[in-house]
Amino acid sequence: MIVYILCFALILIGLYGVLTKRDLIKIILSLGILGYSVHLLLILIAYRKESLYPILSEGKKVVSMVDPLPQALVLTSIVIELGTTAVLVALAIRLFEKYKTYDITEIRRLHG
Amino acid sequence: MIIPYFIIIPLLAAFIISLIAGDKDEWAVILSTIATSFLLILSVFSFATMQNETIVYEMSAWKLPYGIVLVQDALTSFMLIMVSLISLTSILFSVSYIRNISEDWKYYSLFMLLVAGMNGVIITGDLFNMFVFVEISLLAAYSLVAFGNRAEEFEASFKYAVMGSVSSTLVLIGIAVTYSVTSTLTFAQISIEFQNVDHDMKMWIGGLFLAGFGLKAAAIPFHAWLPDAHSSAPAPISSMLSGVLIKILGVYALIRLFFNVFNAPDFFLTLFLLLGSVSMIFGVFLAIGQWDMKRLLAYHSISQMGYILLGLGLGTPLGILGGVFHLFNHALFKSLLFYNAGAVETVAGTRDLRKLGSLFKLIPITSQTSMAASLSISGIPPFNGFFSKLIIIIAAVQAGQPVFAFIAVIGSILTLASFMKVQRYGFRGEKNVEIKGEIDWRMNLAMITLAVLCLASSLMIVPGIKEVTLDPVVSVIVGKVSSIQSILGR
Repeated sequence: MIVYILCFALILIGLYGVLTKRDLIKIILSLGILGYSVHLLLILIAYRKESLYPILSEGKKVVSMVDPLPQALVLTSIVIELGTTAVLVALAIRLFEKYKTYDITEIRRLHG
Repeated sequence: MIIPYFIIIPLLAAFIISLIAGDKDEWAVILSTIATSFLLILSVFSFATMQNETIVYEMSAWKLPYGIVLVQDALTSFMLIMVSLISLTSILFSVSYIRNISEDWKYYSLFMLLVAGMNGVIITGDLFNMFVFVEISLLAAYSLVAFGNRAEEFEASFKYAVMGSVSSTLVLIGIAVTYSVTSTLTFAQISIEFQNVDHDMKMWIGGLFLAGFGLKAAAIPFHAWLPDAHSSAPAPISSMLSGVLIKILGVYALIRLFFNVFNAPDFFLTLFLLLGSVSMIFGVFLAIGQWDMKRLLAYHSISQMGYILLGLGLGTPLGILGGVFHLFNHALFKSLLFYNAGAVETVAGTRDLRKLGSLFKLIPITSQTSMAASLSISGIPPFNGFFSKLIIIIAAVQAGQPVFAFIAVIGSILTLASFMKVQRYGFRGEKNVEIKGEIDWRMNLAMITLAVLCLASSLMIVPGIKEVTLDPVVSVIVGKVSSIQSILGR
């Protein structure tokens, strides 16, 4: 149970960072923390106590195994997050070129 | 089996464009036009040939309930027609609009990825698969919003990307929780297992999905990114985002999950009603004070999404009919209005309503079509917007919710007021405007097509036509879990 609570705390830390940080790079890093904590949650869901990796081989007895599906989901999700982070970093670089700052309180030409 | 082609065609087009285009942008235009018109033909054909059936395609022949399935029913085909129609006209409009911004082929390649992602979201029958397609279309959308290389566009795109990532994370947590309590990801199987889930868990799952997809649908507490992103993007992309993207990633996903998978729990229908009415009123109040034409239109998107959510939240067949009909109509007239804004920007070089005027003499076709679209969105009788709003208001009264009906009427009147402002200052003012650019025939063709469709689609409510167009769609939604579980029996 304690691991789930810690995982939830990690999600909240990521969300807190996204909502309160003023630096573009810190926002991107917070999104990273948020993503990884969700991946951790998926892996925790898949885990069964005292069970093995789910690969059948000769001479290995079929005992309880961890659930392989969330692990596959996490792999897919990591790739997606890589793409999103790349786009975000590229945008941050272009924003720095235009505004000469990473501070979001100074990047505000859009309003109303 | 034509279902997988709805993903294959745009995806293939995206890659072929980036491979062969190089310097020759003409090829990119031709290929994407062929791909989108082919998609339109396929979707109309599939809607016409299958009325109430459901077709299932098992990917890599993995049987249900283990593999990933693609599902096609009336709701799916209806949405596919909407996406293909708007994307075809957007491509037509883009040809000369995009020419001077950057390298064309990148634009068309990303555009086809956007279409592929949306089509994927529509036809998938698997929760995680839906998430993947949502991400594909969002990645394309972030890049397309920033396509014009101006500082404001990067700013809007960054905001959009951060909000999009947060909402995707919420959806992913929802998927994780759903999987942990149901041990499956196929919609049909989840809908069976979900009945045994205890009440608190249902609330958690529903809340996570409502927050995640509500952010993408821009219902009012989650709306902050929309006006920036939709007004900064190039005009054809604004019309894709406002016209179809927020509906597919937001409302369609909500319909699929909450009606077909979660069996329309009353608590969440009430939330739909509240979110809808709040968006309706606040969206239109925020819109009325805007002077930037595209920003005004973007705020109206929030308000009109409120009508759709209100219709769905009523939960009665008539309310759902109104919601679905308004969904389609809004795609038509909001895209048309964004094309008009793009045409005005091309001709006058600005979209500030205070600097515009007397455009009526300069660009008669744009003015006439924008008149048609303004009348549609504010609900004036012969146009489609009137009928869908009327149905929603009648449904609200019949369902014993006269307060919501009253809010809908107020919202409609304020919409009329703000579009009178657009017409008065933008097209019929006294100021003379210098001409800075020209509108070519493709732009005019796109605008005229949608203006005609704004009138023609009001025929969809006529008895006789309604039975073959809207009723199959409504029956899928009203059927709730039974319509998605029907694929399990074979």
